[in-house]
Amino acid sequence: MIPSLFTLLAFQLVGEITVRALRLPLPGPVLGMVLLAVALGLRGGPPEPLGRIARGLLDHLSLLFIPAGVGIIAHLSRVADEWLAITVTILASTAVTLVVSAATLSWLMRRLAPQEE
Amino acid sequence: MDTLTRIWVYLAGQPLLWLTVTVGAYGLAQWLFRATRELPLANPVLLAVAALVSVLLATDTDYQTYFDGAQFVHFLLGPATVALAIPLYGQAERLRRLWLPIGVALLAGSLTAIVSTLGIGYLMGLDTETLRSLVPKSVTTPIAMGIAEQIGGLPSLTAVLVILTGITGAVLGIPMLRLVGFRDPVAKGFAVGVAAHGIGTARAFSHSEAAGAFSGLAMGLNGAVTAILVPVLLWLTGG
Repeated sequence: MIPSLFTLLAFQLVGEITVRALRLPLPGPVLGMVLLAVALGLRGGPPEPLGRIARGLLDHLSLLFIPAGVGIIAHLSRVADEWLAITVTILASTAVTLVVSAATLSWLMRRLAPQEE
Repeated sequence: MDTLTRIWVYLAGQPLLWLTVTVGAYGLAQWLFRATRELPLANPVLLAVAALVSVLLATDTDYQTYFDGAQFVHFLLGPATVALAIPLYGQAERLRRLWLPIGVALLAGSLTAIVSTLGIGYLMGLDTETLRSLVPKSVTTPIAMGIAEQIGGLPSLTAVLVILTGITGAVLGIPMLRLVGFRDPVAKGFAVGVAAHGIGTARAFSHSEAAGAFSGLAMGLNGAVTAILVPVLLWLTGG
């Protein structure tokens, strides 16, 4: 449990420091994720306790977004004024983005990687 | 009555109360989500946020006081993002084979998200500040807030819009893609990750391990791509 917890925090820390040192336009934890994935590749897989703690965190990923979501309380009047335009924009843009992403990926997978299933 | 006041004064000054309420609200929302047989509109983040906002308004508690407690949960977003490396590693073989389709689809999806937000938001007459806060809506909260700050949006408003987008993508994503005729869990998970970051990824994991892993990958890459594309696009359009 402790070595796994340390691994996650240490990779996040290294990610945060590197992103700032090199002024990279991505969040530290995302770089930490990439570095840990590379490390797992070199090691040939995650140790069992790390897999368990990752599962535990990812099973409840939704919980972790709640505090930021409650921040809507500070913007209630702006959201009340523009709720229709905001809702339409988010709905339409998200729907288009979903279809374009899925369509591009499945079309290219069929053309470029026909050996996939 | 005096005792009650003293207890309230203690609780209001400590992080314990709002931390407990946050976890409790999530637990209740999870239970409701399952009880409705995972009805998309009963999304746990949506329910929990709505419940917590009501409680804060009813008790006249400001966001800062709430966040003093809830920040412990918020902090775990970082380690959880790092933990996405484990399912990602599980998909390494597929990823090696699919890097080109993934790269191109990522660029297409990222551009679509930014341009459609700018276009539709402008047509809908959104206030400039709101529009600029909305542009990075498809990427994970910390990077979206950074982009918003850079382009003249309101970072705290962005955080909220990102969550709303995530909920929209999680609710709409997989059912809509299935309806349009996409079968492959990889394509579905990937699209949900591009459009709806971590909240979409959380939903994709409950669809399948492969969908979740590709969703997490798409979310991470899209954060970096969007951070580069947004300033360039705004500069090109003379913003």
